Amino acid sequence: MDTNTASASLTAKDFKSDVKPVWCPGCGDFGVLSSMTKVLAELGLRPENVAVISGIGCSSRIPAYLNCYGFHGVHGRALPLAIGLKVSRPDLTVVVTGGDGDGFSIGGNHFLHACRRNVDLTYIVMDNQVYGMTKGQASPTTEANWAKGKLTPGGPGINPFYPLVIALASGANYIARCSSGDPNGTAKVLAEAIAHPGFSFVQILSPCVTFRPEQREWKKVMRPSPVEPTDDPARAARRLMSDDGLNTGPLYIGSRKPYQPELKASVTDLADLEREFAV
Amino acid sequence: MTTETTPSVSIVLTGSGGAGVMTAGSMLLDAAGRAGYYALMTRSSGPQIRGGEAAAMVRIATHPVESHTDRFDLLAAIDWQNVGRFAAEIPMDGASLMVGDPGGGEKPQNIVASGARQGDLPLKEMAKAIEGGRPNMLMLGAVAAMIGLPEQAVAEVIERSLKRKGQEAIDASIACVRAGAEAAAELPPVPRLAAARGDKSRWSITGNEATGLGAIRGGVRFVAAYPITPATEVLEWLAPALKKVGGVLVQAEDELASITQIIGGSYGGTPSLTATSGPGLALMMESIGLAVASETPVVVVDVMRGGPSTGIPTKSEQSDLNIAVYGLHGDAPHLVVAPTSLGDCLFTTQWAVHLAEALQTACIVLSDQSLGQSQAIINRPADVAFLAKREKPALTGADLKRYAITDSGVSPMPIPGTPGGQYTADGLEHAESGTPSSAASDHKNQMDKRLRKLTAYNYGDHWADLSGAGDTAIVTWGSTCGPVGEALDRVRAAGGDARLIKLRLLTPVQPERFAAALDGVKRVLIVEQTHGGQFYRYLRAHYDLPGEVQVFAKPGPLPIRPAEIVDRLANWS
Amino acid sequence: MSAPESAGSGSKLIATVEDLLAHAREMEAEAAERYDDLADQMEVHNNHEVARLFRKLAAIEAKHIAAVEALGDGLELPELKPWEYAWKNESPEAPEVDEVHYLMTPYHVISIALEHEKQAVDFFDGVVANSTDSRLRETAEHLAEEERGHVRLLEEWLARFPEPDAGWDEDPDPPYMHE
Repeated sequence: MDTNTASASLTAKDFKSDVKPVWCPGCGDFGVLSSMTKVLAELGLRPENVAVISGIGCSSRIPAYLNCYGFHGVHGRALPLAIGLKVSRPDLTVVVTGGDGDGFSIGGNHFLHACRRNVDLTYIVMDNQVYGMTKGQASPTTEANWAKGKLTPGGPGINPFYPLVIALASGANYIARCSSGDPNGTAKVLAEAIAHPGFSFVQILSPCVTFRPEQREWKKVMRPSPVEPTDDPARAARRLMSDDGLNTGPLYIGSRKPYQPELKASVTDLADLEREFAV
Repeated sequence: MTTETTPSVSIVLTGSGGAGVMTAGSMLLDAAGRAGYYALMTRSSGPQIRGGEAAAMVRIATHPVESHTDRFDLLAAIDWQNVGRFAAEIPMDGASLMVGDPGGGEKPQNIVASGARQGDLPLKEMAKAIEGGRPNMLMLGAVAAMIGLPEQAVAEVIERSLKRKGQEAIDASIACVRAGAEAAAELPPVPRLAAARGDKSRWSITGNEATGLGAIRGGVRFVAAYPITPATEVLEWLAPALKKVGGVLVQAEDELASITQIIGGSYGGTPSLTATSGPGLALMMESIGLAVASETPVVVVDVMRGGPSTGIPTKSEQSDLNIAVYGLHGDAPHLVVAPTSLGDCLFTTQWAVHLAEALQTACIVLSDQSLGQSQAIINRPADVAFLAKREKPALTGADLKRYAITDSGVSPMPIPGTPGGQYTADGLEHAESGTPSSAASDHKNQMDKRLRKLTAYNYGDHWADLSGAGDTAIVTWGSTCGPVGEALDRVRAAGGDARLIKLRLLTPVQPERFAAALDGVKRVLIVEQTHGGQFYRYLRAHYDLPGEVQVFAKPGPLPIRPAEIVDRLANWS
Repeated sequence: MSAPESAGSGSKLIATVEDLLAHAREMEAEAAERYDDLADQMEVHNNHEVARLFRKLAAIEAKHIAAVEALGDGLELPELKPWEYAWKNESPEAPEVDEVHYLMTPYHVISIALEHEKQAVDFFDGVVANSTDSRLRETAEHLAEEERGHVRLLEEWLARFPEPDAGWDEDPDPPYMHE
């Protein structure tokens, strides 16, 4: 990761673009945007060396609101796009952003394999337990008895997804949860997540004030985890499966070696590759 | 004993359960190459993973060949187990010879019924008499001797391929080859090859390998892919090759990840490619559209197989044309190219990389199983200068608009890491700056631009390979170019002629050039390997077809034979 | 690492005048930025009267930054990371992200601003109460007094706006789907 020492250091404002967010006022994602700009400045990164990759959904609009390179891709496929970019351009800092539907429903398979592949990336999921952009359907993290989704009247009736447990089981190297209502605390976690080698997964509970206004209560009940993060997956698994989903901070910090193939040529002449074909 | 020789001989080797048919076939091909000949080998097998019945069809010739011919001269069966399965693929007649191990099962009646002459070689018995002897090496020796391949060539191939197994294995195999040759002297004759006159620099290569090499020559350094028959060998060749040149291949979790990963790689400035087959291409459609809309260059190779759905994975067809051309939702013009021969897989893939990068769009390369998985002895393909070259911005900062409207339609593309070049690529329709926009003017401008950049580009002479003269024209593409070309060779040898248009650039269409190529033509024969006439409908939709039009559309799994085309031309009515 | 304690009891982390001024500056800066952001949001959502009000508040906070900087003239203020400040969550003077609504009225704006100025007062009062260093107490008292002035101004301002009707947040149109 590159740090800027030569020129004057940048502030959070330098990481904001001119584009004004279209999110509903009150949206938790504003807090996440604030955290991201603070953290990128704090880490001494340069905007041209950061790439923010997203899928589809309200939270996936974030790349345009930042002054970095960005890619607003298709639904559920931000992670492989980011992986392709980072593996071929390891010099860049790559951050992936998206929502719970984008990441855990259509993006579920890529989520498993991204954790498993452990490329040095940070994946931020703004989880509001609903599909906001398409007018309020249940998402994989919506509770079973949420009866307000028009496609699932009476509630989805199935257990929600446990993203942090799945991340752990699939091999993510850093797992944390934050509240968008605490942008500074979130910034601290993001700084750690970005700096940590390998695949860092941060779930940020970020209220949707339009479809789930009751989520405003989250910031009142979320609290720092009562215990230090563990590096023992078994212990982490027990904690993550039994907590109430409201503990914040880093919860698991692993030490797997990140996946980064060496991009070093050993031949300079393509004729070398053709020798095997000569009759 | 006749001293008549032939410029081309066609052999089928068959066998099952560990007989080593494929190994023997490869060795025969390579021996032909060593001896100065050209050759083509295709393969067939039963559904088993191992131990199933297998057939290697090898054509050896004094001149370059791009197709099998209409019949086989020699069927050499290491054993007869289930060989009848291949009957439709190995047409024989009274002049053919079928030779096999009498102790190796019943001769298949459906092939016997062709009237072929018969011969016996007790391979198992003979193998027992040689230390470390194997029936397939005996048969190899017999076949080589019968068609007039010098033993020296066979020996060299054996030495090269068995080097790892040690001198004993080499000696045993060579002893088998000699014994086989000796025994073959007792068999009824088959045509012997005329003197070899091959170019000094010939290659033994498969279409899939040629595709991989073309990619690297074009500048590809990042590949993400998911294995699928019959494209997997493109990836198998690329994985170590990319590493050598400082690139990387990532085996992704599925085709959706593959296409998206290469968009990411390309966005970062690295020419990127993936290879798949029909089912995979269908999965990739949404994201290919993302590449088109966000103007991110990518190359997608589709090694077509029998469709639809899971279809016939090990056989060839040209039935993905529709989705390659029309499969993207919305109006999403992009590039589709198709190699016209096995050797052309190299050039066309390299060209595809160059075009995709220059025009910042998706280029689909339509290869197929018969090109991809066939192995051939060909002239070494020429070096061409087509390389990946993306337009870079001269300005950065507030003046830079990633999707600026330009005359050429191509906008300079900043690479991450370039200060002042920051932009967000988007699949959403956008303004020149890249900011999402639903304004009518932005949609029109961007659509016009994305179309203009393709249609205004000069593709040069590579859009099609043209030959011949006359008022009859044959229009075809892909692997059918081989048998069609062979058919026309016969027509010309008999004093006739016809024009041949082998289309390489499928989209964007080239109406002026096409019209010029067919100027004065009164009869057009369209040849394709599909059930639904996809190529014909595509031509009718986009081009004026002069005069009388006839269509020869035959789906897989059997290859189109030159004789079928000759007959069709002869019986035009 | 446990989170810093809530605003008002930040005294334990504020030990010097330099610390205090760094906090005071950040308090104003975050508030100014937040008000500007909220003004942007309201412009995008066609609530122009409220947007103008937020813009005014942003400008006022910007002036306060200058005032605090003047106080710190000649001193070397510590550079703190965003999460190293003594307050919980964010600057007490900055409205939180979820306190706004696209149909909010000027009354709401000033109420919110008022509430946060009061929190700022509490913060500095806390420093005064928990500190024994006289220079620090003096500075903190000065800052608290400044904020009390702002509170009075905002109370006057608030009186000029009518309270919103019940149903101020009713929108007959359902949400619109974009993607």
